[in-house]
Amino acid sequence: METNISFKLKVWRQANAHAEGRFETYEMHDIPTDTSFLEMMDILNEQLIEKGEEPVTFDHDCREGICGMCSLYVNGHPHGPATGATTCQLYMRRFHDGDTITVEPWRSAAFPVIKDLMVNRNAFDQIQQAGGYVSFQTGGAQDANAIPISKEAADEAMDSATCIGCGACVAACKNGSAMLFLSAKVSQFALLPQGRAEAKRRVKAMLAKMDELGFGNCTNTGACAAECPKNIKLSNIARLNREFLCAKCSD
Amino acid sequence: MWLTNSSVGRKVVMSVTGLFLVLFVTFHALMNAVALISFEAYDAICEFLGANWYAVLGTLILAGGFAIHIIFAFILTFQNRKARGNNRYAVNARPKNVEWASQNMLVLGIIVLGVMVLHLTQFWAKMQLPELMGEHVMNGTFYLRATFSQLWVLPVYLIWFAALWFHISHGFWSAFQTLGTANDKWITRWQCISKWWASIVFILFAVEACYFTWFFAL
Amino acid sequence: MEENKMNAQPIDSKIPEGPIAEKWTNYKAHQKLVNPANKRKLDIIVVGTGLAGASAAATLGEMGFNVLNFCIQDSPRRAHSIAAQGGINAAKNYQNDGDSVYRLFYDTVKGGDYRAREANVYRLAEVSNNIIDQCVAQGVPFAREYGGLLANRSFGGAQVSRTFYAKGQTGQQLLLGAYSSLNRMIHAGKVKSYNRYEMHDVVIIDGRARGIIAKNLVTGKLERFAAHAVVIATGGYGNTYFLSTNAMGCNCSAAMACYRHGAYFANPAYVQIHPTCIPVHGDKQSKLTLMSESLRNDGRIWVPKNIEDAKKLQSGQIKGSDIPEEERDYYLERRYPAFGNLVPRDVASRAAKERCDKGYGVNNTGKAVFLDFSEAINRLGIDVIRQRYGNLFDMYEEITDVNPGELANEINGVKYYNPMMIYPAIHYTMGGIWVDYELQTSIKGLFAIGECNFSDHGANRLGASALMQGLADGYFVLPYTIQNYLSDQITVPHFSTDSKEFDEAEKRVQKNLDDLMSIKGKRSVDSIHKELGNVMWEYVGMARTKESLETALKKLKELRKEFETNLFIPGTQEGMNIELDKAFRLRDFITMGELIAYDALNRHESCGGHFREEHQTEEGEAKRDDENFFYVACWKYNGNDETAPTLIKEPLHYEAIKVQTRNYKS
Repeated sequence: METNISFKLKVWRQANAHAEGRFETYEMHDIPTDTSFLEMMDILNEQLIEKGEEPVTFDHDCREGICGMCSLYVNGHPHGPATGATTCQLYMRRFHDGDTITVEPWRSAAFPVIKDLMVNRNAFDQIQQAGGYVSFQTGGAQDANAIPISKEAADEAMDSATCIGCGACVAACKNGSAMLFLSAKVSQFALLPQGRAEAKRRVKAMLAKMDELGFGNCTNTGACAAECPKNIKLSNIARLNREFLCAKCSD
Repeated sequence: MWLTNSSVGRKVVMSVTGLFLVLFVTFHALMNAVALISFEAYDAICEFLGANWYAVLGTLILAGGFAIHIIFAFILTFQNRKARGNNRYAVNARPKNVEWASQNMLVLGIIVLGVMVLHLTQFWAKMQLPELMGEHVMNGTFYLRATFSQLWVLPVYLIWFAALWFHISHGFWSAFQTLGTANDKWITRWQCISKWWASIVFILFAVEACYFTWFFAL
Repeated sequence: MEENKMNAQPIDSKIPEGPIAEKWTNYKAHQKLVNPANKRKLDIIVVGTGLAGASAAATLGEMGFNVLNFCIQDSPRRAHSIAAQGGINAAKNYQNDGDSVYRLFYDTVKGGDYRAREANVYRLAEVSNNIIDQCVAQGVPFAREYGGLLANRSFGGAQVSRTFYAKGQTGQQLLLGAYSSLNRMIHAGKVKSYNRYEMHDVVIIDGRARGIIAKNLVTGKLERFAAHAVVIATGGYGNTYFLSTNAMGCNCSAAMACYRHGAYFANPAYVQIHPTCIPVHGDKQSKLTLMSESLRNDGRIWVPKNIEDAKKLQSGQIKGSDIPEEERDYYLERRYPAFGNLVPRDVASRAAKERCDKGYGVNNTGKAVFLDFSEAINRLGIDVIRQRYGNLFDMYEEITDVNPGELANEINGVKYYNPMMIYPAIHYTMGGIWVDYELQTSIKGLFAIGECNFSDHGANRLGASALMQGLADGYFVLPYTIQNYLSDQITVPHFSTDSKEFDEAEKRVQKNLDDLMSIKGKRSVDSIHKELGNVMWEYVGMARTKESLETALKKLKELRKEFETNLFIPGTQEGMNIELDKAFRLRDFITMGELIAYDALNRHESCGGHFREEHQTEEGEAKRDDENFFYVACWKYNGNDETAPTLIKEPLHYEAIKVQTRNYKS
């Protein structure tokens, strides 16, 4: 049932990439539990503006869990305590009266803070640019039904392709590794015949780019998959490893 | 060289050396088990693994495996801490399904290594090493008695085995994951095998240590 | 209104000669091309990275042009096309149910209530098949049958299964496909990508669009970019209503910048209201969540037959599952037997509003109807239904705390599951910048593609057609037609941004920002935006009257005054300032709101997404006036935001299709 709760909000404030950051504590009163977490942040911002202060800057856009823009580390979990959901899909009914809620930005060397809770995730784009595509010219495609693809392969590719590129895997990983993100993309193409032609080139290029950008080494803790809002599976990483080893061994 | 330049390559080195060490540890436990049945047989094995060329070669390979595994562990941990950035989270929560061991492999490894150094001084430094230098050595049972007749050894060894259990229970399946031999079904299978394997090794060692302590000290 | 000005400036929509099925072929056969060596010399700015923007930027890059691509988010992959759930239409006829290019064309024109341009729609239907081929080749994991071939589902407004889908995330997969092609071109150096940049103005030199002024949202600095042509792919203006299914960042500022420079704005009154959204729950709400139209394949929409039951639902005394089958009014099936729950969106939305206005609403606000899966679950089993809609059910439960797949009641041996509650919400805007057949606006060298233009959907868009249009424009139409314009630009060298036009444009933009910062009033941007949304929904929403629209115009004037005198923006222009960026967009939303109201006031008829209460049949169906309003209403800016715009009409000519009353009953 719908009720109101009051709680303390501890929010990371940082003026810009080079400034020192610190936690600020705000008291939140009578927030309806059917408010989403980001709407609660909107309420906080309204209060701050009313006081003439600068609002908390955070990334958000679609607010329905698909764009991958929102990125808060809430109470020790990327995207908060709910599983299989992004921060924008998190509702205040998950919290209790009197709680202290700590909100931090993604923390990873490859994701520098831009302002407050907003980080720069451009590294993900760069990894994709290194090879996350099938090379062909627009208009050059054959009929869509020319290559049958088993339902199982298509479904599994779809599961991997569901990744929203939010960066929660990197944020959750104690090694700051982007393996789950990378493996999801590599898997999607590895599972489909369209992607096989340049599979070897792709996995080598994308992995090299990831390493170059300063992400950590995967130690298979599985925190990435456990925290992934889209339930991208750990088996993708095994597939990535397999693809990479095969590519290297056939050099 | 991709085995050192790429993150997956480095992990492959860790997993291959790790699996090799798991095999070694397993054989070690089985070899010790012989002493549960017959000390004479145990002595024969010790003699067989003395200063013969194949035993020395095996020891060198083994030492190499240890060295690489340890050096890479430190390199990886250093890189991973750097990748994590300078600012740490204020609140940390370990999600469900994440093994405690998986996030503490280096600490566990250091414990394993520390007691291993002790263990080497108790056995290897008195058995194969002096023999190589041409000195006379006693049979294996002699050193078992020398070690386990001291009561403090048992608890230290049990802690050691526990650390080893945690280390192997994650490391074993992690190695297969890194080598790409997992999928949705096999991840859980490897994890299960991992726990069983680690447990069997732990039970063997623990039973052996308890038996020797009982036999020689009490 | 302003009837006499019609054709004062005749509009040339540049529709090619010939029968409808041959127009596009003829065009391509005779258009001017740019040879590969010359393409390298030409720069094109593409603003936006949604389906239209990303696909256009990628394809133009592949062709050899130098492309500069802008988006306001942190990555091109975030554009709101990503949120499209249901699917994409194509006339493949893989299901052997009698589909064809002509039928898709016909359905789209009819769905658009005969207010779209025939030739454009035919071209759209024609290239629809290429889109599917293209996306499959990119590795888009469309749903497949066990035999390995592509699966289809049916969608509103059609009697064939022509919709291709990837779970409930088709938009995501198509956008990631376009994004992958874009990435390939960025990697090849043919596209330069500018993330977290917002276009503030378009720069016109000698009557041609030659560049833009964009704000780097991270540094807060204005930057200049020059090119031989500018393509706007910045989506629709749904956020004028504050609450909509659009993303928080969606805005109409780029379109408004073009409009202020004289680009016509066409049919702004055509705003689509999507029937299946989660109802509004409180005044702190920031956006409305769409439940995919595909749910209407198996879900049945109803309200109670008896007003007493409705009252009990409103006061919370009973739940939907307490009402047995015979007490339920499946009003869409009752009113439209032939299409049932799959009538077009505008029809379904109005029917829901009609029931709720009569007092049959089912939640505490009285503004919701039920979408019920009991019959489908009883027929197919929960596993099949969960396989089809599992992620949507989960999404619904996370938001409302109600699980639609949960058995709630059993009456006389019939099992009843928790129904969803839904209500219509602003979703898509059919109106947009006016473009000709070549997708060029009324300013030379300025093109508009995707939702941002007005071209293909007439007065109402059918489900699964937005993705089709975005990708058609970006992959297959613009890359051809833009060459017709660029072919005589090959001798024009790369532009410098040091010209007086760029100076003036940047000064203008800077002044606008300075003005906003210097208001120093009391109110936050959002509080004014919410007020704008209330005015728009109340008076320019689902049902409009002459009085409501005149009231709206009056209130919007007041609101503009409030905005200009009482706005408060904390912080400075240095670095990132989210409030300043929102204020910049809100200023344009207010102007946009007025534009919608002007157009709605002018259009004395009901058609598609535009419903004037004065113009309806006795049964409450929309009544068109083809005699007087068979035209595209193009609005021309008159120098400042306070003055009413001028109407210019582009008459519609239908050759292939006979214009008739839309009928979804039989």
